[in-house]
Amino acid sequence: MTPLAGYLLVAALLFAIGLAGALTRRNAILVLIGIELMLNAANLNLIAFWRYGPHPEALTGMMFAIFSIAVAAAEAAVGLGLVISIHRHTKTVDLDQINRMKG
Amino acid sequence: MTPVFYILAALTLAGGLAAVTLRNTVHCALALTVAFAGLALLFLQLGAQFAGFAQILVYVGAVAILVVFAILLTRTSDAPETGVFSKTWLTGLVIAAAVFAVLGWAVLRTAPMLPQSSPASAVTVQQIGTALMGRYVLPLEIVALLLTAALIGAVIVAMHEKEDAK
Repeated sequence: MTPLAGYLLVAALLFAIGLAGALTRRNAILVLIGIELMLNAANLNLIAFWRYGPHPEALTGMMFAIFSIAVAAAEAAVGLGLVISIHRHTKTVDLDQINRMKG
Repeated sequence: MTPVFYILAALTLAGGLAAVTLRNTVHCALALTVAFAGLALLFLQLGAQFAGFAQILVYVGAVAILVVFAILLTRTSDAPETGVFSKTWLTGLVIAAAVFAVLGWAVLRTAPMLPQSSPASAVTVQQIGTALMGRYVLPLEIVALLLTAALIGAVIVAMHEKEDAK
């Protein structure tokens, strides 16, 4: 197995773990944690393709990963702010109980 | 495939698995930090120093703390007696397994065609800075704008409302 295939398999497994967490957990914060894991798995793919691609000196995959990290940080801040706001309105973060959008 | 890669991959995957399966949400946040640190080490292993240290700064330093703050502010560290998994957990698990099957199949099928190994190119931070200020200056400005908007948005969304404002 080539090194790139190993990294891609690890990223795929991490993505699947994050997806399973996002789809099966009841706690909204844990769903966000799953989404973060999925974003990180995508970043690992980008860095691995950059390293083993034909033109690593062009820095394309590296830049993509850096911008992806910045966007993911913004997503985490807004997502957790939303969770705190929802908790203030409904006194719960259990997604099975949050079943209406009206405040 | 070096032993270092296997150790780091096992650390990352164990952290990720613990982050989504543990019952106590504070433990989940700590396991998430382990997974982020393992990913940063994988980035360093791939020769992406800047991305690795950015990962440590942004994820281990900021996002993990943010998650812990959110957990403590919502007082959800104790597992509810109804269970931590959703009513439709089996469907979610099947979907995740199907996604992994498709991704793994695609990777293993194309593995012989993937490039073997290229000479390690040492990318300095100076090159990254030059690229950010030259070719990627417009995305950089857009990310700056996005981060400002997200900062203001997160503060406004989480800000305490006045009781009579509702």
